[in-house]
Amino acid sequence: MMGELMGIINLSEAEEYLGELNRSRPLAAIPFAGRYRLIDFVLSNMVNSDISNVGVFIQHKYRSLMDHLRSGKEWDLARKRDGLFILPPAYTRTPMQMHRGDVENFYSNLDYIRSSRQKYVVVAGPEMVSNMDYRSALELHKKTEADITILYTKANCSTHDCLRANVLEIEKDGQVTDMKEYHALGGYQNLSMQTFIMEKKILIELINDCIARGDYDFIKHCIIKNINKYRVYGYCHQGYVARISSLRSYYKHSMELLNPQIWRELFLKSGLIYTKVKDEPPAKYMIDSDVANALVASGCYIEGRVENSILFRGVKVHKRAYIKNSIIMQSCEIGAGAVLENVICDKDVFITANKHLKGESNYPLVIKKGQVI
Amino acid sequence: MHKKKCVAMLLAGGQGSRLGVLTQQIAKPAVPFGGKYRIIDFPLSNCYNSGIDTVGVLTQYKPLALNSYIGIGSAWDLDRINGGVYVLPPFVKEQGGEWYKGTADAICQNVNFIDRFKPEYVLILSGDHIYKMDYSLMLEFHQDKEADVTIGVIEVPWDEASRFGIMSSDENYRITQFDEKPAQPKSNHASMGIYIFSWPILRKYLLDDENDTRSSHDFGKDIIPKLLRNQAKLVAYPFEGYWKDVGTVESFWQANMDLLGEKSQLNMYDSNWRIYSANPPRPPHYIAATAKVKSSIISEGCLAFGQVKNSVIFPDVYIGEGAVVKNSVIMAGAHIEDNVVIDKAIIGRKTVIKQGAVVSAAHELDGQQIVVVAADMVIPPHTIIKTSISRSANEEFCGKEEEQL
Repeated sequence: MMGELMGIINLSEAEEYLGELNRSRPLAAIPFAGRYRLIDFVLSNMVNSDISNVGVFIQHKYRSLMDHLRSGKEWDLARKRDGLFILPPAYTRTPMQMHRGDVENFYSNLDYIRSSRQKYVVVAGPEMVSNMDYRSALELHKKTEADITILYTKANCSTHDCLRANVLEIEKDGQVTDMKEYHALGGYQNLSMQTFIMEKKILIELINDCIARGDYDFIKHCIIKNINKYRVYGYCHQGYVARISSLRSYYKHSMELLNPQIWRELFLKSGLIYTKVKDEPPAKYMIDSDVANALVASGCYIEGRVENSILFRGVKVHKRAYIKNSIIMQSCEIGAGAVLENVICDKDVFITANKHLKGESNYPLVIKKGQVI
Repeated sequence: MHKKKCVAMLLAGGQGSRLGVLTQQIAKPAVPFGGKYRIIDFPLSNCYNSGIDTVGVLTQYKPLALNSYIGIGSAWDLDRINGGVYVLPPFVKEQGGEWYKGTADAICQNVNFIDRFKPEYVLILSGDHIYKMDYSLMLEFHQDKEADVTIGVIEVPWDEASRFGIMSSDENYRITQFDEKPAQPKSNHASMGIYIFSWPILRKYLLDDENDTRSSHDFGKDIIPKLLRNQAKLVAYPFEGYWKDVGTVESFWQANMDLLGEKSQLNMYDSNWRIYSANPPRPPHYIAATAKVKSSIISEGCLAFGQVKNSVIFPDVYIGEGAVVKNSVIMAGAHIEDNVVIDKAIIGRKTVIKQGAVVSAAHELDGQQIVVVAADMVIPPHTIIKTSISRSANEEFCGKEEEQL
């Protein structure tokens, strides 16, 4: 039987919060966890929830993302019917005019949503990294007879970075009565995962309604403004969630992956996380390698010392190099005797021999993609 | 069908009985190798990298794992509209059907398949060797020499030459003599089991051979000697580089060890000649603060808390704290509990070695036997395993474990 749920991945983002990492790619395409890009998590969750029709609404800087997704084969989404649809702004309904927000992109691709055969839709973004099955949220959605179900997670905002997150006010029975941007509240909060389940016809209604009123922001205008007009319920996701909203949170959540419990939960719990394959050989450790508390992807070649760090695919670490508390992205090369501490190297960086680079533990030093130092 | 210049036929039906426990459940070409590969990845990747996009894979012995692994060939980019990979098992015909009786018979039963592509040349490969080779250079050589048959040869040490099929050739590479495992070898050029035939000639010889009741229908024993006797033009193509027959447990283990260290002759990191394989969607592996990893290769999805030295670790392997894994090959999904010691062993897929167990033949490394533990076994805590064990022996172990409980 065909699944009754379709997926929409909404990649529009008003601003870029990850600085240098965000420069040439959208948030969804930012490399994470040694071999993935952020979009892999939400996309794999959809596939693992038996969703076989996924529309990815993209806005700008999407070359790296198109290169990553291609036919969708790696996510088992290269299908005869349904599969993966990459939907850039179609401008057909708003000629000669740039979009102001994501709703206008939804609106210009309304035909795709309309002609999809599934009854329900889950709309999600890439910033909430988790491993979950949307089907249990769909079950609750049906049980509560809600119009809209918002997925959320509980977070301690006194210790976590909740800046710019949306927080929910929820009644005992699960009904959502308010949703707004977090503002210095502290304490435990219900953080929206920016993931919504509803019937497709309600999504179409929301979009048409927003456009008719000249609105353009899906969450602010379509959801928040309508929270009392529709029956909105919350679904609390109990598992691990990493909210990637700043360079600091990116660095912090990356380092959390060095905890085997989090590693197991994020990568294996409810399904596998898929990504573009590179056919790299397994990582090779040489006689002088000294690796402790590290995540190492395939294709790495290690002769030096690595501690509390993440090495992406195809990283070369030469003799006497010392990498500590750092994230080294794909195909970087760290020269002999180089010392890196609290550093994030974007892809294809070459650190020549004996260089010393050091960031702060709460403010990592980011080396631009392709730099030679 | 589009006409193809060259079609490859990969002989993958052999049992590989000398690999013992390793081929108990799967055909030799499907045996895992090198941390993420299977033996057949090498010839298939060589085909793709050499620009050969039509490959027939002849299967016979326990083909399930092999067939499902090959699938439609997408791992090697061989899922093509014109050509691609074809799995060719023996089949039933109007007048009965037969198993493949020999390497030549296997090709002969698939003459129709080859004819569909109207090739000029047919490349015969086997699924037993670990090597990287550009077949297009060999094909050029074949055309240059205007040969009927070109046979890939490699120099082997003189004292080992009597284990191989030995080619003697003149200064123009023309083969003058072929001796299968000669006691007194005249040359040290061993046949690699790689042949390029001009198809019309091969076709004729195959059909003749099929009617010869005295023939064993084997390339090395029948077809090649017959061509030589009939003065056909056979030339030797000298190959330089790493080439290893992995027909025995020792050579299989050695080939895995050859991947380690700085002297490794087989460069797996060359992005211009990648070895392709199915890529399991597994996360990067985790090396804990308590772990110590030296001179090893480790695949994705592993968790290592113990010591790993001179070893090849396949995906999803767990190595517990205080465990020592040395000089060994650990297949996918094996679970090595705390304080286990493994030395010079091959541990099968998904086998669990309970805490404190020791898998090692003897103390001194030289001449030490390799201990092979079959797949899906459970080795009880504090057991000492000194010789290879296969599944039937496992039942005993499981029984024992239940008694203990």
